[in-house]
Amino acid sequence: MTVSTQSPALPQRPSRIAWAAQQRVLIALAALILFGALRYEHFLGAYNVLSVLRYNSMFALTSLGMAFVIMTAGIDLSVGTTAACACVVSALLSSYGLAAGLFGGLGVGLVVGVLNAFMVTRMKILPFIATLAGMLIASGTGLLLANNQSVSVSYDTDFTWLGQGDWLGFPVPGWIAIAAYVYGSVLLNYTSFGRAVLAVGGNEEAARLMGLPVDRTLFWTYVQSGLFASLAGVILAAQFGAGQPAEGVGWELFSIAAVVVGGTLLTGGVGSVANTLAGVLLLGLIFNVLNFENGLGVISLSAYWQSVVRGVFLMIVVMAGSGAARRALRTAAGPGG
Amino acid sequence: MPSPSPLLVMRDIDKRFQGVHALAKASLEVQPGEVMALVGQNGAGKSTLIKVLTGAYSRDDGSITFAGQPIAFASPMEAQRGGVSTIYQEINLVPFRSVAENIFLGRERRRYGLLDWPRMNAEAAEILRRFAITVDVRKPLMDFSTAIQQMVAIARAVSFQAQLVIMDEPTSSLDEREVEVLFDVMRQLRAEGVAVIFISHRLDELYQVCDRVTVMRDGRTVMTRRMDEVDKLSLVAAMLGRDVEAVRSRETAFAAATGRAGGDVLSVEGLKVGRRVRDVGIEVRSGQIVGLAGLLGSGRTETARAVFGADPADAGAIRLMGRAVAPQEPADAIALGVGYCSEDRKADGIIPDMSVRENLTLAILPRLVALGVVDETRQRAIVETFMKRLAIKASGPEQKIRELSGGNQQKVLLARWLCADPKLLILDEPTRGIDVGAKAEIQALIRELADQGLGVLMISSELEEIVEGADRVYVLSDGRTVADLPHAQATASAIMAAMAHAGGASENADG
Repeated sequence: MTVSTQSPALPQRPSRIAWAAQQRVLIALAALILFGALRYEHFLGAYNVLSVLRYNSMFALTSLGMAFVIMTAGIDLSVGTTAACACVVSALLSSYGLAAGLFGGLGVGLVVGVLNAFMVTRMKILPFIATLAGMLIASGTGLLLANNQSVSVSYDTDFTWLGQGDWLGFPVPGWIAIAAYVYGSVLLNYTSFGRAVLAVGGNEEAARLMGLPVDRTLFWTYVQSGLFASLAGVILAAQFGAGQPAEGVGWELFSIAAVVVGGTLLTGGVGSVANTLAGVLLLGLIFNVLNFENGLGVISLSAYWQSVVRGVFLMIVVMAGSGAARRALRTAAGPGG
Repeated sequence: MPSPSPLLVMRDIDKRFQGVHALAKASLEVQPGEVMALVGQNGAGKSTLIKVLTGAYSRDDGSITFAGQPIAFASPMEAQRGGVSTIYQEINLVPFRSVAENIFLGRERRRYGLLDWPRMNAEAAEILRRFAITVDVRKPLMDFSTAIQQMVAIARAVSFQAQLVIMDEPTSSLDEREVEVLFDVMRQLRAEGVAVIFISHRLDELYQVCDRVTVMRDGRTVMTRRMDEVDKLSLVAAMLGRDVEAVRSRETAFAAATGRAGGDVLSVEGLKVGRRVRDVGIEVRSGQIVGLAGLLGSGRTETARAVFGADPADAGAIRLMGRAVAPQEPADAIALGVGYCSEDRKADGIIPDMSVRENLTLAILPRLVALGVVDETRQRAIVETFMKRLAIKASGPEQKIRELSGGNQQKVLLARWLCADPKLLILDEPTRGIDVGAKAEIQALIRELADQGLGVLMISSELEEIVEGADRVYVLSDGRTVADLPHAQATASAIMAAMAHAGGASENADG
């Protein structure tokens, strides 16, 4: 061995960007829960906890798909209208049973996802534009199928169990979301697909030169996002007993916000499944806390305030994150300095 | 050291792009366990040859034999599997991901179908230990210095059981100590029987670590020698396509120096910027064309950028128009009367979809604005004046600049700075990629401008341009000013001698 041992002395650079983001969102979530628990009597009561989970499971699903897309440095604007379209289709099929409604809805996600993926990987259209097209197509299709009105869900079959049912005393949508997040976490951390997602997002050219299947990775990322979005749509139909073609508006923005709050960089390459969930819960709980606050009767805030408060939260998190990201990128770019 | 069976034989490789030969009967032969240097000017065909080898390009003619087998890799990945790994100049890794991940991306170790992190981390640490590097492989790559990152790239390449490792200018972002570590690694690879193709513009480095050298020029292999049988002077001569005798025996000067130089417009002393510029001193007077010569990577462009404020200097004194300044931004230098035409016209110069008129007046736009509105009458008058004066061939001021020829685009860029009435104009490769006729026109124009009192700092890789055009020539090598030649002494041979850093340079200095 001829090599000298001086290299370990080369300075290491401090930049723990993903780590800081992780702390940030978990601390904020813990603080919000603590605040609610101390201030409101029934905040941690089973009823409140379960209904928060039941409702937010849908956002958790769209955000999970979005998280993977954003980790590849892409974006999926179509998740909201895909959910709406899937909601309508599954409502229309609900009279044929649970499986028909479920797989019919998932079919919508598959079609939109493949369409997005095809535009991004084969036609090399920017994800923003490609999924904007997917968003409009899904939205229009949903409205056409529903004749621009609410479609009632059949209560003759067990379809509504998907949204309203419980299993082992826990809401079914909650189980679905938990299963999805376990799957997502394993996929990201313990499969080569997950590593490829982060490599493509971190440096697409390098990933290509390393021989990673870049296009295949992107393809499945968009298909997966479509599938999770449509699963959220199926739950929406089952939970509210109606296929609502105009629902889902703004879900994509909520999802992007949750993913970003969860510390995933919009520039790709860094991200966490667990923190995405924390981001969803954080944004969801803000709404919940405002409801309780109104319930106390001291103040009376309209529901619109939730949007304002969420916006402020997002701003704070993004501001804190962008400083860290800039520092990190500067060190990474490094030679001149 | 002739060995019975070479590891790699590339013979009579032809590669054409749109009918133009990028490679013409280029050949390369590498023995097992040999470090082969591959050198040549920009555009000599080194990268094309490497890309043909690794399958990034297909070849039009010729044969490649690797380890006794005829081969035709379809992609860099296939080449990697076949035992040929490439390390690129830019570190092509993923900065956010951990060191271990970067080593194993694309061939992860698995257990029960899932990723086996403990094993990957242990193996990554083991691989790096071979290179005497002990770091926490779980940390993101970007936490580490460029040298470590480069080592990780090399470790990745080698851990593919490579028989041949290609390093394309791996040292350009390393400092001296880091380069030493890299050389140790290369020597160790050689000891293990791995062959290395080493591409570098720093000639000194070649002598430290290479066994043989292959020189390319104009898509051809012009020389292959043992490193200890060839001196730097003949190496430079081969790269530039000059007669070695011409380099040794100096030719006569082309023309007498004009000597109308006025006051100092620029003086630089002890300039240091990053790793590329270590100690540069230059001086430009009004009415003078000063040539800045040097091989690629010698710090010419970086010096110019520092003077212009595009990259703030780390140390040294810059005086513009007699005032000590430290330009932090181009706007600072522009305000003092400096103009800069960059090397890459397409990337940093023209805005393709804007008209000639808009492109021409971009730099003086603030002065043309009255109450927030562009004074179009004045703008048009200026544009017409300069289009006439520089004989810019366009259908009119409104033609989009991308529709113009390279020469005319360059004239518009010159005009952009000239209408700002500068005292000092920095031209980085002003005639690159321009056809012969337009080239002469632009050269004449530069001379004319200098005669009218403009100070010009001209960077050029073309020796003729420097020799014929410059009133004074500075030669940079490895970030240092190694020669300062007045016109009479600035012959091609003197400049080359200085570039090669061989004896003659210091004698000619301050002549």
